[in-house]
Amino acid sequence: MSKATRDAYGEAILELGKANPDIYVVDADIGKSCKTVPFFEQLPDQHVNVGIAEQNAAGVAAGLATCGKIPFVTSYAVFGSMRMCEQIRQEACYPKLNVKVACSHGGFTPANDGASHQGIEDMGIYRTIPNMTVIMPADYYSAKKLVKAAAEYYGPVYLRFTRDPIPFIYDEDAEFEIGKAVTLKEGNDIAIIANGDIMSRAVAAAEELEAKGHSVRLLDMHTIKPLDVDAVTAAIEEIGSIVTVEDHNILNGLGSAVCEIAAEMGKGKVKRIGIQDQFGESAPYDRLLEKNGVTVENIVASAEAVMTSKCC
Amino acid sequence: MTRDEKVAYLKEKAIEMRKTALTMIHTAQSGHPGGSLSAADFVTALYFDEMNVKPEDPKWADRDRFVLSKGHVCPILYSALALREYFPFDTIYTLRKEGSILQGHPDMKVCPGVDISTGSLGQGLSTAVGMALAAKRDKKDYRVFCVVGDGESQEGQIWEAVMTAVKYQLDNLVIFVDNNNLQNDNTCDVVMPTGDLKGKFAAFGCETHGIDGHKMEEIVDVLDTIRDVKNGMPKVVVGKTVKGRGVSFMENVVMWHGVAPDKEQFAQAIAEVEGGLK
Repeated sequence: MSKATRDAYGEAILELGKANPDIYVVDADIGKSCKTVPFFEQLPDQHVNVGIAEQNAAGVAAGLATCGKIPFVTSYAVFGSMRMCEQIRQEACYPKLNVKVACSHGGFTPANDGASHQGIEDMGIYRTIPNMTVIMPADYYSAKKLVKAAAEYYGPVYLRFTRDPIPFIYDEDAEFEIGKAVTLKEGNDIAIIANGDIMSRAVAAAEELEAKGHSVRLLDMHTIKPLDVDAVTAAIEEIGSIVTVEDHNILNGLGSAVCEIAAEMGKGKVKRIGIQDQFGESAPYDRLLEKNGVTVENIVASAEAVMTSKCC
Repeated sequence: MTRDEKVAYLKEKAIEMRKTALTMIHTAQSGHPGGSLSAADFVTALYFDEMNVKPEDPKWADRDRFVLSKGHVCPILYSALALREYFPFDTIYTLRKEGSILQGHPDMKVCPGVDISTGSLGQGLSTAVGMALAAKRDKKDYRVFCVVGDGESQEGQIWEAVMTAVKYQLDNLVIFVDNNNLQNDNTCDVVMPTGDLKGKFAAFGCETHGIDGHKMEEIVDVLDTIRDVKNGMPKVVVGKTVKGRGVSFMENVVMWHGVAPDKEQFAQAIAEVEGGLK
């Protein structure tokens, strides 16, 4: 069973909006794609559509936030992180206003749209801006919970969703906390730290490694900022061998965040699996991931290499 | 107060405003005097008469909002806030110093009375639109005043914001365009001609007014005219202004965009400003 996390966003934001009249959606003409149409239809007084004008969307949201609203600026990962980047930095992050940036089409999930619509740098960009929180849920249920957690948290948050359906990882009643990794498997030979849409690949790789007799710790690091430093530190101290997996450029995303901790500790071996600092193209999603080594086979092989080598 | 008494009172306040702004820039030896002086008269009329604010309760929910979209001219905003006692007057001597609430560009987190942090051109107007929209949705009657530079209107986001203000019928939004025709590098005509700004805002669907942005009589009259007009149209006042107005050697001189006067220049500037606008 699978479902796109953008659907979770659309459902969660509608529930939130019904419960709290201060919850706003600021759309920029891609509400249909970002699943905010039911919100607009049912809660028009809490909805703004500024048209194809993302920079303005960010500023309008900031103005609304100064008046006590909780606006969710809604776009695609590419535009939400780059077209409106400086507006979010200046008008949401710097004054620490309660503005959320909620983006569908994260990573390679808009596969056939091509490189222009594949946001592969977004989480890294927002990770470098002070006061920003950066989240990518791994499935439908965790997305619903993390949207609600973002609404309850005061301050700017970037939420990244998928265009296409991805497998369920969690039950409906699973609980999530911003900045706290979920331990999906407990083990002590190798740690796989992953997030987002590729989690099902990480789970499959972990199962394969277990079948081969390795004990695997699998962490869902849905929040890459603030990073769950305790969980990463424990993995480095207790295991030492780590593979990170993400549908994002290997530069400045989850893998980089984990490497920063390991480097400062002077311990651990980390192999980053993700997009190899290259643009995508119009192609099947699986094929795009395969071209970048984001496959079950490569996660398994990388894990074995990290476990057996002094250095990778 | 009669209109004439009000005009006379505001002219006196404008002198204090200019002196205060020049004093803080001179003390800091850094800042933007030219635009501070061109926006001085309109900002004076807002803070000493037009805006419904409570300096003792700067976050009062029903207050009128002020957005300095051209955030670099914050010395004139800080002067208004200091003279209206949002903070102790002596704070002006800390402009741009480490730890000061008077940052080089306005910081709402630390400075009472600053409704939004600005400084990156083109962005403030969008936030003002958000504030005005919140007022409409909440059925509150506060207004939002936003000062935009003519050079700043070269930013496309300004026009995105104007379209949104028109779409949502934000007649509670008042945009003052500080039309001094100078920007950082040169005149607007040389750098990027902004053309007929009044006509452009009108073409977007705003109610527009053109005034001499230094004639307090015209400022007071236009504010009177637009105050209670609920016609669904955002209000735009294009003020023809002179950068550096009130200090002869700064007037219409590009260099005075972001340079602080030295001791002698400061003494001359204060002497000229004390005489009021000629």
